[in-house]
Amino acid sequence: MNDQVTISPTTLSIHLTINGRNHALDIEPRVTLLDALRERLHLTGTKKGCDQGQCGACTVHVDGERVLACLTLAAQVEGREITTIEGLADADGTLNAVQAAFLEQDAFQCGYCTPGQIMSAVACIREGHAGSDEEIREYMAGNLCRCGAYPNIVAAVRQAAQELRS
Amino acid sequence: MRDFSYLRAGNIEAARNAAALPGAMLLAGGTTLIDLAKCGVAEPATVIDISHIEGLNAIDVTADRAVIGALAKMSHVADNTEVKSLFPAVSEALWQAASAQLRNMATIGGNLMQRTRCPYFRDPQNFPACNKRAPASGCSAIGGVTRGHAVLGVSEACIATYPGDLAVALVAFDAEVDLGERKLKVEDFFLAPGATAEREHDIRPGEVIMTIEIPGSAAARRSTYVKVRDRQSYEFAAASAAVGLELESDGRTIRDIRVALGGVATKPWRVRAVEDALKGKALDEDTVRKASALAVEGAVDHGANHYKIALAPRVIARAILKLGETA
Ligand SMILES: Cc1cc2nc3c(=O)[nH]c(=O)nc-3n(C[C@H](O)[C@H](O)[C@H](O)COP(=O)(O)OP(=O)(O)OC[C@H]3O[C@@H](n4cnc5c(N)ncnc54)[C@H](O)[C@@H]3O)c2cc1C
Ligand code: SF4
Ligand code: FES
Ligand code: FES
Repeated sequence: MNDQVTISPTTLSIHLTINGRNHALDIEPRVTLLDALRERLHLTGTKKGCDQGQCGACTVHVDGERVLACLTLAAQVEGREITTIEGLADADGTLNAVQAAFLEQDAFQCGYCTPGQIMSAVACIREGHAGSDEEIREYMAGNLCRCGAYPNIVAAVRQAAQELRS
Repeated sequence: MRDFSYLRAGNIEAARNAAALPGAMLLAGGTTLIDLAKCGVAEPATVIDISHIEGLNAIDVTADRAVIGALAKMSHVADNTEVKSLFPAVSEALWQAASAQLRNMATIGGNLMQRTRCPYFRDPQNFPACNKRAPASGCSAIGGVTRGHAVLGVSEACIATYPGDLAVALVAFDAEVDLGERKLKVEDFFLAPGATAEREHDIRPGEVIMTIEIPGSAAARRSTYVKVRDRQSYEFAAASAAVGLELESDGRTIRDIRVALGGVATKPWRVRAVEDALKGKALDEDTVRKASALAVEGAVDHGANHYKIALAPRVIARAILKLGETA
């Protein structure tokens, strides 16, 4: 784009790369990544809790970093690599170490916050912020769990971090 | 959320031109803008996405100064090794802010531009009166629930707290914000409400924050950010203090000290009265507590926020004494 100012039409045609697949979409500029995923692409694993950046249920990865899909415009992440909970397991169905640890540690009750917790935990471990329970609690603070499964969530993150380190 | 048109700026010139259009707003991380658009507070006609502009996210740190690009992410600055060792208060203010996800989205430029969390400001449907949103409409907070509101720098027009953490550390260490055509002290970039609560920043249409610069100093190297809040993490400050300390070679006389407060004032609040009272003095608890009390001289409460007047000096003292212990 050059220095000129061009105003987009009310519908944008964009391409999103999600879990390695390219998707073409016509959307209004105001559509968030969360709504695009859930309502348009039917990738409903990413949850809508607060829709205001306060709960972490909508956590996805953009270029490998955890972000909130509810405060991200879909148009803004064109050209970026987006990963959702649906893209975490291997193609043959083998679970990611964090997914397996959540099952083993029983780290959920209703499960609503779980996809966001898992996406957040994968990134938390990758960032090197899962060194102690205290650090896990601090760096997972952006994911709320109304069922209060926190002790088991910390245990699952600890277990997965240990497995991935060894 | 009202619809808007979307423009992706390829470079800074395009961003400046577009930002000068009526109803245009810049979009960096979106964690303030999209949030406020959802509340009905921000109603941009055009959103100008600057997040794809290259070269504005550099983090350049030497002992002399730190230069941080406006598009650098909060998380990247917080984790930067040089920032941690040469400007620890900056790193601490950043990692104690928001959540890991938000810090991966939010930029340093956007951080300076974040708006107050005053619940009345954020709820135009139920509370039409808000001088910050709609000049001369009144203030719903005065006479309402004020637990989170400011006690320093308030006016009859507005008592909203400046909510951010980073800028508190920036004003303590004399940082500057570079707007391209002009540069100003971060302390002057933020405006107290006075009679014009709607103006929070000294920034003009078409101006874009390019970088912030923090001069290096012995006090910046020995610094900390103490944040006290209602829950341990993922919460705005009830009161916070950025403090930097330089001692004489005797190891106990204060040569230089910087003190700034967050969570209690209408803008990031440097407290020179405390600094002046401590320079040249020996660092002991009694002296520190007496000097810290000067921070809230002239404070005005509105009932439920009275506790902040007692809390703020204690947070300052805790920060100074903590630094004193780490010889
Ligand atoms: C749930 C939640 C909790 C939070 N907790 C904290 C906390 O504890 N401490 C804290 O400090 N902050 C906190 N924040 C605020 C957060 O830090 C800010 O929202 C963030 O820093 C804004 O940056 P951004 O890049 O997302 O800005 P955007 O939303 O993209 O932009 C914000 C504003 O700045 C303008 N802007 C952006 N970039 C520039 C530029 N380069 N030049 C000029 N104008 C520009 C935009 O036009 C817009 O008006 C929290 C936010 C949320 C949602
Ligand atoms: S305190 Fe300020 S922001 Fe809050 S309602 Fe009053 S005028 Fe508006
Ligand atoms: S739905 Fe995005 S943070 Fe709650
Ligand atoms: S398991 Fe129910 S909200 Fe977390």
